[in-house]
Amino acid sequence: MILLDHVDKVYQTGHGPTQVLTDVNLQVMRGERLAIIGGNGAGKSTLIRIISGIEQPTRGVVDCRMRISWPLAFSGAFQGTLTGVDNVRFICRIYGQDWREALEFVEDFSQLGKYLKEPIKTYSSGMRARLAFAISMMIEFDCYLLDEVFAVGDARFQARCQEELFGKRGDRAFIIVSHDARFLFDHCERGSVLRSGVLTHYPSLVEAQESHDEYMRSGT
Amino acid sequence: MADELPPSLPRSFRRSLAIQTRVIWALILRELLTRYGRHNLGLFWLYVEPMMFTIGVTILWYAIGANHGSNLPIMAFALTGYSTILLWRNMPNRVVMAVSSNLALMYHRNVRVIDLFASRLLLEFISISSSFFFLTILFWFTGYMDPPEDLLELCGAWLMTAWFGASLALFLGAVGEKSELVEKLWHPLAYILFPLSGAAFIADAIPPGTREKMLLIPMVHCTEMVREAFFGSKIVAHYSVGYLLSWNLSLTIIGLAIERQLSREIIPE
Repeated sequence: MILLDHVDKVYQTGHGPTQVLTDVNLQVMRGERLAIIGGNGAGKSTLIRIISGIEQPTRGVVDCRMRISWPLAFSGAFQGTLTGVDNVRFICRIYGQDWREALEFVEDFSQLGKYLKEPIKTYSSGMRARLAFAISMMIEFDCYLLDEVFAVGDARFQARCQEELFGKRGDRAFIIVSHDARFLFDHCERGSVLRSGVLTHYPSLVEAQESHDEYMRSGT
Repeated sequence: MADELPPSLPRSFRRSLAIQTRVIWALILRELLTRYGRHNLGLFWLYVEPMMFTIGVTILWYAIGANHGSNLPIMAFALTGYSTILLWRNMPNRVVMAVSSNLALMYHRNVRVIDLFASRLLLEFISISSSFFFLTILFWFTGYMDPPEDLLELCGAWLMTAWFGASLALFLGAVGEKSELVEKLWHPLAYILFPLSGAAFIADAIPPGTREKMLLIPMVHCTEMVREAFFGSKIVAHYSVGYLLSWNLSLTIIGLAIERQLSREIIPE
């Protein structure tokens, strides 16, 4: 279970404090699939980062009782000067997983071959994306956080990613941020809408999406 | 899943310790790899790097016959002085700005600021200590100096100095993330403290009035302790364990408090 209780997030910026999240309450149970909908700058990514534990709330409590992934993305989470293999080892060590087994999976999934022994900074963006996704899949989590993750890669790669994530890991919880309504309808049961840092829950994804569309049309 | 938490039980201390140990270990291995790579001497640089500094300074002082106000052998004098400098100077150097250049690592929830500091400080301690140890043996066997007179005292003095270096690093590293001024000021300060730290003189050779003022500098106590352990029967050392201890404790506590606050504010890439 993931529980967010009265969470506020305030950033100190050059022009004073900016409140990004206001009194966010959220509960996600094991195996649940939640979509988070919101316009640009509504605070979606900040919310995901707070759930993942890489940022701390300014006020309020985050209580996690399951293994939560880092926000899956096709970049980040690794070190450019190190090789693909070294990155795999480092991340495995952090999460206490056997790296030999993980490396086999990464080799198989990323299909990077000998490039895995080259520094990541020499990779093309497509190669990076393949490695990043493989690395995200080598550690097993109970809940996966997806932040606009399927925006990159060709159709075949996307299909493989989706099979790995939603097929093989169909029993896990997911929290998904996306502007792609179809993607959300394919994978989520429930939806919550974020408007200027305030999170509102809806009984179904359809209602959440309708409410969001109406809000966007009203132009406020 | 192996690490699954039992429902409604708080994180146990043992589990947290296990996570922190493996994170620090992973960071140490990664740091070795990024700093020294797999080329030429590789890991061996860990010992060679501080050794080159010490040997260089020692030879320089030997060559110019530096006047240090005592009749101690110059090689031994330089080795003890410069090695203690390395502890309190290099530890902060490794940690200041370490967070901002490693923000990508914080993308993993188990990697915290304190782990980053701990791994670098541990590595620096191992590096400087082993170089000090090796050079002591080398100078002893080649007849340039006598072995330390009191080994136990040397261990105590060395650990106190390492603690001072680590707590200073923790403090500067944490404050340095909040203000870039720290990095700008620390380097000239470390440079100025070099001759004042007791490495280039023994406190006994200084007139009592000035000596008392010099002893306000905590580094002088470190050097004096290490020197007493080496040549206790030949010199009169001036230091106070209590004074150094209060510096160590204050820097540690304030450093940890700022680090705690910092880790709540940090924004990884």
